[in-house]
Amino acid sequence: MSEETKSFEPTIIGFTCNWCSYRAADMAGTARMKYAPNVRLIRLMCSGRLDPTFVFKAFANGADGVLVSGCHPGDCHYINQNYKMLRRFHLMKRVLAQMGIEPERIKLLWASAAEGAIFAEEVNKFVEQVRALGPLNWHPGNGAASTVHTPMSAEEVPA
Amino acid sequence: MSKPKFAMYWAASCGGCEIAVLNIHEKILDVDANFEVVFWPVAMDAKYKDVEAMEDGSILLTLFNGGIRNDENEHIAKLLRKKSQILVAFGSCACEGCIPGLANFSPIQQVVDTAFSTVSTDNPENVRPQPSYDMPEGTIHIPTLYPVLRTLDQVVDVDYYMPGCPPESHQIAAVIDLVIQVLQGKAQLPPKGSVIGAGGSTVCDECKRKRNEKTIKEFGRIQLMHADPELCLLEQGIPCNGPATRSGCNARCPSAGAQCIGCYGPAEGVVDYGARLVSAFASVIDSNDPAEIDRILDGLVDPAGQFYRFNLAGSLLRAAKPAWKSGD
Ligand code: SF4
Repeated sequence: MSEETKSFEPTIIGFTCNWCSYRAADMAGTARMKYAPNVRLIRLMCSGRLDPTFVFKAFANGADGVLVSGCHPGDCHYINQNYKMLRRFHLMKRVLAQMGIEPERIKLLWASAAEGAIFAEEVNKFVEQVRALGPLNWHPGNGAASTVHTPMSAEEVPA
Repeated sequence: MSKPKFAMYWAASCGGCEIAVLNIHEKILDVDANFEVVFWPVAMDAKYKDVEAMEDGSILLTLFNGGIRNDENEHIAKLLRKKSQILVAFGSCACEGCIPGLANFSPIQQVVDTAFSTVSTDNPENVRPQPSYDMPEGTIHIPTLYPVLRTLDQVVDVDYYMPGCPPESHQIAAVIDLVIQVLQGKAQLPPKGSVIGAGGSTVCDECKRKRNEKTIKEFGRIQLMHADPELCLLEQGIPCNGPATRSGCNARCPSAGAQCIGCYGPAEGVVDYGARLVSAFASVIDSNDPAEIDRILDGLVDPAGQFYRFNLAGSLLRAAKPAWKSGD
């Protein structure tokens, strides 16, 4: 890791489910377990509520990584919505890769309400993974980038 | 009293929008009867300096088609914004980037190389366009390409959006009727920012095909299958963009046996067209097993191309990283 990447603090948006991973995070907090402060948690009622738009918007607006977490397969409070999220996650990852966003910038984590320690550990791992990739700093078409004069690759040939 | 002024312009586009306007048949005479056409490069001779000399706000209605690919497009977009009271992003390119916007997947150097050195291109000396070139008579210029294509509203303020690739002629005729009625004081313009000349729901909503519960074990390509002519295409595993696409075309493609490719852009309330399709396509997959899900998804050979065929420049991410990085 370069010096620059070491000092880089990634911004990570974490989508958590009200019934499991949000409580796992809460439990990690009340048990005073320490984990990286880089994750900004957003509570959803269910991981199945995760519209891929949220993830695209997070990246477009400056997130370096996105964490999506929900109940273990079979444990969904709403029967099977976490499977819907699973399917979306797989497809979303393919689309993001085609957009040039490294698959390591997005993580899926199953964590029950009792798994505060696992949640904290996985968040730490993910933060290091994103830190190693460096900033994403998404800025297509904004300001200066859109008005530069395009360098042409080939040499000028006399007419 | 002199007639209100009308303009139409093409930026990065194919010219299909212009054809669609002419395709309104005798309605075009209404345009002529009610408007003075002051600038319309495809139909009449006019120079940019004529537009520059016009008073600000002196054109009542400008239909602007095409995306913003180079500095000439941007200059004319800003000029027409200044000179027009009502600026309409006309057609998919101006609204959301459309096919020219697909170049936002690739670095600009690669886009140029593809255009000038493909096998079918006769360019033995490997010449590339130069933005300026010194001749004995002086320096000559051509427009400079930007690293990414932008939509009209990413460059100037837009009053109305009229989607479609191209907009359907009956929709164009209806919009022209409306504007004429407004001029005669018989109708009011919709609120600024509205989508005009299109429906408020989805292509699925207008589609006549039969629907059951959609569960898919495999995605297929329509040209390699014998699709049932009555049944919903997505239900048969054919990637159909109907669920996310705005209505207004009477579900033309699904009615003709082809999948909707999304030319009418995002349906009402859809923030990111591709993200909506990720949801729609993922929900029909009939599996809870990660490995099987991946196998089924392998059937979608180019998901980003499928989901952003018309909408890449107008999407939340706007361009793939290699494209916008190429301008850094
Ligand atoms: S998915 Fe396509 S074929 Fe099916 S109802 Fe919608 S528009 Fe029609």
